Amino acid sequence: MISVIGVIAFILLSPVIGGLIAGIDRKITAHMQGRVGPSIFQSFYDVGKLFEKEKTVANDIQRFYVISYFAFMIFTGAIFFAGGDILLVVFALTLAQIFLVLGAYSANSPYSHIGAERELIQIMAYEPMVILVAVGMYVVTKSFNIGTIASYPQPLVLFLPGIFLGFIYILTIKLRKSPFDISTSHHAHQEIVKGVTTEFSGPTLGLIEVTHWYETVIILGFVYLFFAFNTLIAIIAVVLVYLLELLIDNASARVKWQFVMKSSWAIAAIVAMVNLAVLYYLGVG
Amino acid sequence: MTYLSKSPWILHYDASSCNGCDIEVLASLTPMYDVERFGIINTGNPKHADIFVITGSINEQNREVVRNLYEQMPNPKVVVAVGICACSGGVFRECYNVAGGIDKIIPVDVYVPGCAARPESIIDGIVTALGILEGKRNAPQSVSPEQHAVDIQQGGGAQ
Repeated sequence: MISVIGVIAFILLSPVIGGLIAGIDRKITAHMQGRVGPSIFQSFYDVGKLFEKEKTVANDIQRFYVISYFAFMIFTGAIFFAGGDILLVVFALTLAQIFLVLGAYSANSPYSHIGAERELIQIMAYEPMVILVAVGMYVVTKSFNIGTIASYPQPLVLFLPGIFLGFIYILTIKLRKSPFDISTSHHAHQEIVKGVTTEFSGPTLGLIEVTHWYETVIILGFVYLFFAFNTLIAIIAVVLVYLLELLIDNASARVKWQFVMKSSWAIAAIVAMVNLAVLYYLGVG
Repeated sequence: MTYLSKSPWILHYDASSCNGCDIEVLASLTPMYDVERFGIINTGNPKHADIFVITGSINEQNREVVRNLYEQMPNPKVVVAVGICACSGGVFRECYNVAGGIDKIIPVDVYVPGCAARPESIIDGIVTALGILEGKRNAPQSVSPEQHAVDIQQGGGAQ
């Protein structure tokens, strides 16, 4: 079941795909706001520039944390695209994210600490829903193995509409989009300086950006799994979901962290749990 | 291949400006001028910034702030003084609390005069700064505020 080609393709292609997604994202966002916007290759220019800048770190351990963040994100994606265990993917993804939080905490800056605390709140907010995605897929396909889930002949989204909606909801947090971009944001917002990335600069910030491209690909891979019965439909669904996220991003203002927390858990507890209950009632599970 | 001039991130600081120039700096970000099409982003964090845009003149309150922000920016970096107050102190240069232009504290690379400087001239100044930024790419170190103070006393200084 382990697919080496999937892993190699993920490691090599994700920066390209993730970077292009980020660039197209900025272009579409600019058009939505009546602007011309930067080139779709702008994310590559940004990262290229960050790697040309002076190497300054707040302390030595910070670089270790950022590299761990990067390494565990690749580890997560490797399990995912090798067709491994979906629960392991969920936990490795969280571990990677925790390294970013530790990196932010390691610097002695109040802005960095606020960003790190908000990042932790975000992790707490989305984590139950991500685990429920794994549980829901297990209930339908009787397997935590991504290879088995992806080759399930029927569309999973028809069995798991509630869990899919809940996942779309927390996708806004994972992609760092408004209204849930409380720890850091891609836009030129200046609130609490720049949240969790405050104390990172130059190459380390560039590495965080590249890691986020990998993360975007993994997260969109989850969306793909819901439609995996047909590759074409799945890709169209992923594109539509991303465009929906962009629309939400541009149409909404940032909310307070209390709302992020309460609403994410409420959605997970109501929509996703009802979905699971219905599956049990119908005898699917 | 160089990416420095394709992705300049700006730190904007208001040093005792009357807000006239600040409004014009922000006007450059609006859909009318849209500087993001050059990859320019207005960050709030000196550690992410490449270009330091300052409006207004130096006084006793912001002397240390300007120096601190400049020192936090990673090399290579350039400084753009926007508005006549930032260039020379303008009509306030004789005031008891005003030390003068930004170049009294840190080395300034581009001067954008005007009261208030128009968005077109601000964008022009920043594009000029991109060329200087590109030239500084191979320079190991920017001029420190201390070295700059010595330069001024010896009659040199920035430009």
